Amino acid sequence: MDNVLLTLVTFFPILGVILLLFVPNKQHDTIKGVSLIIAFITLLISILIYAAFDPLASGMQFEVNEPWVTSLGINYHLGIDGISLLLIALTTVLTILCVLASWRSIKHGVKGFYISLLMLTTGMIGVFCSLDLFLFYVFWEVMLIPMYFIIGVWGGPRRMYAAIKFVLFTMFGSLLMLVALLYIYFQYQAFSGEFTFDLMKIIAAPPLSFQEQLWLFGAFGLAFAIKVPLFPFHTWLPDAHVQAPTVGSVLLAGVLLKMGTYGFLRICIPVFPDATVAYLPYICILALIAIIYGALVSMVQRDIKSLVAFSSVSHMGFVMLGMFTLNLQGVEGSVLQMLNHGISTGALFLIVGMIYERRHTRMIEDFGGLAKVMPVFATFFMIFTLSSIGLPLTNGFVGEFLILLGAYKLNPVYAIVAASGVILAACYMLWMYQRVVFGKVTNPENQKLTDLTGRERLVLIPLVLLVFWIGVYPMPFLDRIEPAVKQTLTYVEAAQVVQNSNEFQPVETVALEPLTADDETEKQMDDHR
Amino acid sequence: MVDYVSTLSIDFSLIYPEIALIIGAFLMLGVACSRRLAPMAPNLALLTYVVSLYLILNQWGLQGAGFADMVVCDSFAIMFKAIFVVASIVTILLAQYYLKTKGIDRPEFYVLMLISTVGMMAMTATADLVVMLIGLEVMSLPLYVLAGFNRRSLKSNEAGVKYFMMGAFASAFLLLGIAFIFGAAETTNLRRIVTDFSYLLHHQTSGIYLISGAVLVFIGFGFKIAAVPFHSWVPDVYEGAPTPVTAFFSVAPKAAAFAVLLRIFVFGFSGLSELTTVFSVFAVLTMSVGNILALRQDNVKRMLAYSSISHAGYIMVALAVGGPEGVSAAIFYIASYTMFNLGAFGVVTVLETRSGCQSDYSELTGLSKAHPYLACVFALFMFALAGFPPTVGFFGKFYLFSAAIQANLIWLTIIGVMNSFVSVYFYLRVVKVSFFDTSEKTFSKVRLTPAIVLALALTAIATLGIGLFPHQLLRLSQAAIFGLP
Repeated sequence: MDNVLLTLVTFFPILGVILLLFVPNKQHDTIKGVSLIIAFITLLISILIYAAFDPLASGMQFEVNEPWVTSLGINYHLGIDGISLLLIALTTVLTILCVLASWRSIKHGVKGFYISLLMLTTGMIGVFCSLDLFLFYVFWEVMLIPMYFIIGVWGGPRRMYAAIKFVLFTMFGSLLMLVALLYIYFQYQAFSGEFTFDLMKIIAAPPLSFQEQLWLFGAFGLAFAIKVPLFPFHTWLPDAHVQAPTVGSVLLAGVLLKMGTYGFLRICIPVFPDATVAYLPYICILALIAIIYGALVSMVQRDIKSLVAFSSVSHMGFVMLGMFTLNLQGVEGSVLQMLNHGISTGALFLIVGMIYERRHTRMIEDFGGLAKVMPVFATFFMIFTLSSIGLPLTNGFVGEFLILLGAYKLNPVYAIVAASGVILAACYMLWMYQRVVFGKVTNPENQKLTDLTGRERLVLIPLVLLVFWIGVYPMPFLDRIEPAVKQTLTYVEAAQVVQNSNEFQPVETVALEPLTADDETEKQMDDHR
Repeated sequence: MVDYVSTLSIDFSLIYPEIALIIGAFLMLGVACSRRLAPMAPNLALLTYVVSLYLILNQWGLQGAGFADMVVCDSFAIMFKAIFVVASIVTILLAQYYLKTKGIDRPEFYVLMLISTVGMMAMTATADLVVMLIGLEVMSLPLYVLAGFNRRSLKSNEAGVKYFMMGAFASAFLLLGIAFIFGAAETTNLRRIVTDFSYLLHHQTSGIYLISGAVLVFIGFGFKIAAVPFHSWVPDVYEGAPTPVTAFFSVAPKAAAFAVLLRIFVFGFSGLSELTTVFSVFAVLTMSVGNILALRQDNVKRMLAYSSISHAGYIMVALAVGGPEGVSAAIFYIASYTMFNLGAFGVVTVLETRSGCQSDYSELTGLSKAHPYLACVFALFMFALAGFPPTVGFFGKFYLFSAAIQANLIWLTIIGVMNSFVSVYFYLRVVKVSFFDTSEKTFSKVRLTPAIVLALALTAIATLGIGLFPHQLLRLSQAAIFGLP
């Protein structure tokens, strides 16, 4: 039973896709019903996994390892630790909420929309479960296709531009990742004589030479950094977020961005420990730039949705900073913040979607005084705004606090700069909230707005519960994260010791950030062979 | 050591599939004479191909040579024969309705297809350069006619003449090259050339002859596979020829030419150390030029023509790799490319059965509303061409590039993946137009005959199915290398 659970949770949505193919196009209610049931069962399976998960054990659980393409050593290898567990749970929760949230807003191509949504779910869960690099890559790419359709077909006015930009940015990084992945594959074969993409075996093998690690980390890191998105690779994000339909934005912010940070944590740090330590200062600085830059740009946004989108850049900067502190607090906070960002930003996108459905505008200046017309809406909005800022007792506080703690340990300056990001977050979020919700109702069109319906409340309530649960009692989550984080940190400990004992490290051999042109990459690789 | 005496024997079991096709072709000529029997032609052609396919599958595992060493039957040849026959079957399924709507539904079409396929088979199932040349001519002559088969269309006529001129030009190069090689080695048999290769190469005069011969032979086949800079005929011919014929052009003759190139260069001339560099340069040129020019096209058929050039570039990466890994990667790629490229052209064929359709991008607008399944299948082929998982297009590229990395051609691999990055843009443009764009004009529906549905379903299932479970095809393509003579 244990070893089919992951397969089940990954591929159950595909069953829904197959079922939907047999439902006639016009029967919208059946299509929505089937999707809802499928999403619900997927959620149940993930809850079952959560319940059966042993929080004390370190290492992978629910492992499945079946040969897939035997002649190339590709295995169907799934397994999860605490980090993937929480991200899978987040994915399934957001998926069912997305099915509910799109109940009314999707009017054309209903069937195609839900098929894309379910396919996307499989891709996302698959990425978090895979322990075989080939499988990981396949899921990573597969998920692009449904997202491309979701943005392109059901998006806003500039949807086609945004959709292709999203695909091209992600493709660029991931194709270089493919080359790096093949390089590792053959290096491992040269070392052990076995052809394998198995992540666990590759991690267990002695690390590659420092130069190799630098280039390979560059290739993997670029793919992940684009996805996170780390400054300066973030330019696709505002377009994709603003143009995507509500559900697209929710999943994009809630889950897809986490795939980037997850990739760093799962692959980059364990496989390239020396390169991680070498790149650490640069990545931290980029993360700090992202925090401040994202916050400053958010402040001047006139569109609520692009404000939330830019705030994602800032929040993901926090996640990156926490991860590259490489100490327990920082990384734990970073993982928790991934979850928090999924919840609060996801919820904010849902809120924006709800108001957009009513008014067909997202401009801050078009609103004002919504608290009088839509009190329930205003309350929900307040909760998620505060959670996004990181007020104590909400989820955001716990994550950000841990990250700042970790950052202070690494370098107090980092912590000070990052903390100013929290203050800026309060500025732009509260200012936006104030302009939208408080004051007098200036625009007569806002007078007639109806408050949230039962379905909409149903969508938001689970997220509110999660906000307070993590905010007040985060132990169940942290308990599950901790063994996995400790395990990850053991991989870099040796590398850190080397670096600390050797302060004047040859910095000039370290390229600034893997922005370098591709031909340079291969030249270097050739030289070192 | 090759046992030359036994190869003198006349063993017809080596050429059963070819015999079946020839019998079918002549039967068909008889059928063509009778107005009453003429409508049977497509089914008769299909039957012939199926019989031939059965005979080919029966040959699997056979290793032999005969007819004074003119015919070689090994797994490599058998694999390619199967590819040709499958490509022909799909083409015929696609062609029937198209030919009817264009008013060129004549039995000669199928006769020409059959003869051309025999030529391809002869090309691949031999180790003798002269037989290769004869096979090439037998393949090409019917194709020239097929390119101009829509004789009322000026473009089709242009395509036929252009293809013929270029083909004749290429054959001249090839013949000259073979003459040079014969001058150096005093034989045209690759197996004998291989035996004395290093002696010939380092001998002063024969070395020069051998190398110039190799260059000329490569140029000759370069035209056939449309390697840059010998590609300029491709867009016009592909655009002008009837679309099912274009579909056939883009896969079968190309596969045949690649089979011969693999046999000559990876087996026969593998002693030339410069081959990797030369093929790498041509691969980079072909991939990049094909992809960059495809970006600028407004016509789907022309875009697919340039895309087929760039895919030839990817396959040339395998030639640059060489050795068993290169060969099996090339075979896997050719087999999978045959599937999804035929599928892509198949959808274009279907769309062109509407009157006045020129396959411009703009004419695809509204496809997803009118024909959701057709649009999805089209999108699937585009994703396969662009190399997205879980289609076989991804796995083919993956296998190809992994062979290249194994051979330490990292820069070539990076250029290769960057090319496939560029290609994403124009392949997805098709998806964008057919799914995202909206227009007031209603999309005039097309008729989907059972034959077309069958052809598209076959290619789509192969594209997705082999992509998910590539193991079998992988094993076949790995086994297919051992038979090199």
